Amino acid sequence: MTLRDFINKLLGRQPASATTAKQRLQLVLAHDRSDLNPELLEQMRREILEVVSRYVEIDIEEGDVSLETEDRVTALVANLPIRRTKPLPQQESKPDGDVPGEADPVWTASQA
Amino acid sequence: MPVTTSGSRSILICSGKGGVGKTTLTANLGIALARQGMRTAVLDADFGLRNLDLLLGLENRIVYTAQEVLSGNCRLDQALVKHKLEPNLALLPAGNPRMLEWLKPEDMQTIVGMLRESFDIVLIDCPAGIEDGFKNAAGAAEEAIVITTPEVSAVRDADRVIGLLNTRGIKPIQLVLNRVRPKMMANQEMLAVDDVTDILALPLLGLVLEDEQVIVSTNRGEPLTLNGSGSPAAQAYNNIARRVCGEDVPLIDPAKVRRGLRAKLGRLMQTKIF
Ligand SMILES: Nc1ncnc2c1ncn2[C@@H]1O[C@H](COP(=O)(O)OP(=O)(O)OP(=O)(O)O)[C@@H](O)[C@H]1O
Ligand SMILES: [Mg+2]
Repeated sequence: MTLRDFINKLLGRQPASATTAKQRLQLVLAHDRSDLNPELLEQMRREILEVVSRYVEIDIEEGDVSLETEDRVTALVANLPIRRTKPLPQQESKPDGDVPGEADPVWTASQA
Repeated sequence: MPVTTSGSRSILICSGKGGVGKTTLTANLGIALARQGMRTAVLDADFGLRNLDLLLGLENRIVYTAQEVLSGNCRLDQALVKHKLEPNLALLPAGNPRMLEWLKPEDMQTIVGMLRESFDIVLIDCPAGIEDGFKNAAGAAEEAIVITTPEVSAVRDADRVIGLLNTRGIKPIQLVLNRVRPKMMANQEMLAVDDVTDILALPLLGLVLEDEQVIVSTNRGEPLTLNGSGSPAAQAYNNIARRVCGEDVPLIDPAKVRRGLRAKLGRLMQTKIF
């Protein structure tokens, strides 16, 4: 934020148009570059939240999945505030169950 | 930092969006490079809406075009139009718009390949858009200069083009920011130079200010770099030419173009506080 933006904010004015332009560009380019339209992103967001909420209780309203881009590299960024962790599912065949991110097919099936 | 390669070079001048200054840059950069002693060819690859001849003041001297060269109806040197005041510069005019119906990327490669045999630098004035005209022209270039203005639509289109150039392995790709208005930038009513270079992630080859003299010079068909004009745009084009040749020329700072109290205040207001 620049000094001008800050003063505009204090006075309840609109931010300078260059600031708005930059923000809008960053957003639209993130979508252009990833070739994901907002609809697909929304679908992905819902599915990601669904998967994550099987493991932890998350704030669905606050949950945010968005595209961010820096140096021509686009990243999918998820910000999912966790309310609390759900009791771990029994890890039958995996004594040390330390494979993060790998959905256990046995467990997935039992949840369905 | 501008990059130079040895031997003959082919540089695409493109933008995505139309009307942002490709042809003006090609004409002025072509003349400036020629004046520095580089044997320079400018190729009008905008077959649909050719204009490079007009900006160079060569429109009345065209006999043959790229079309006759490709179809074998004339030799390359017969089609090339040498500039009378700057004999290091030659234009290869665009052919008939109907050429678009059969022209292929290989044809452009053939033409550029021929030009590179007798010139140090070949500048290719690309048509707007990202369709066939762009693809044909891009297929013949090793390097690219992307030109844009500090406006959202132009920057977005430039980004598209940069993506396409990247996938084609064109390198280096450098940026020219055109029609910069220091006063609007100071008031943060125009995207800042850093904003554009950050977003597009390209090295900046040059900044060209909004300059009425550009229009005056196109009226006359005499590029600004031809007559030793000291106007801001002329200086910018000359500096770009020197950087293309590998010289380390400092960029102008648009904030420093303006003097006085208002300018100082503008600079203060642009300070990033968090
Ligand atoms: N720095 C500048 N200051 C003022 N006017 C400019 C500047 N650069 C370009 N222009 C004007 O902008 C217009 C478009 O320029 P030009 O024809 O070079 O763009 P272009 O990208 O080649 O367009 P097209 O996509 O149609 O080929 C012209 O009228 C030109 O005079
Ligand atoms: Mg043009």
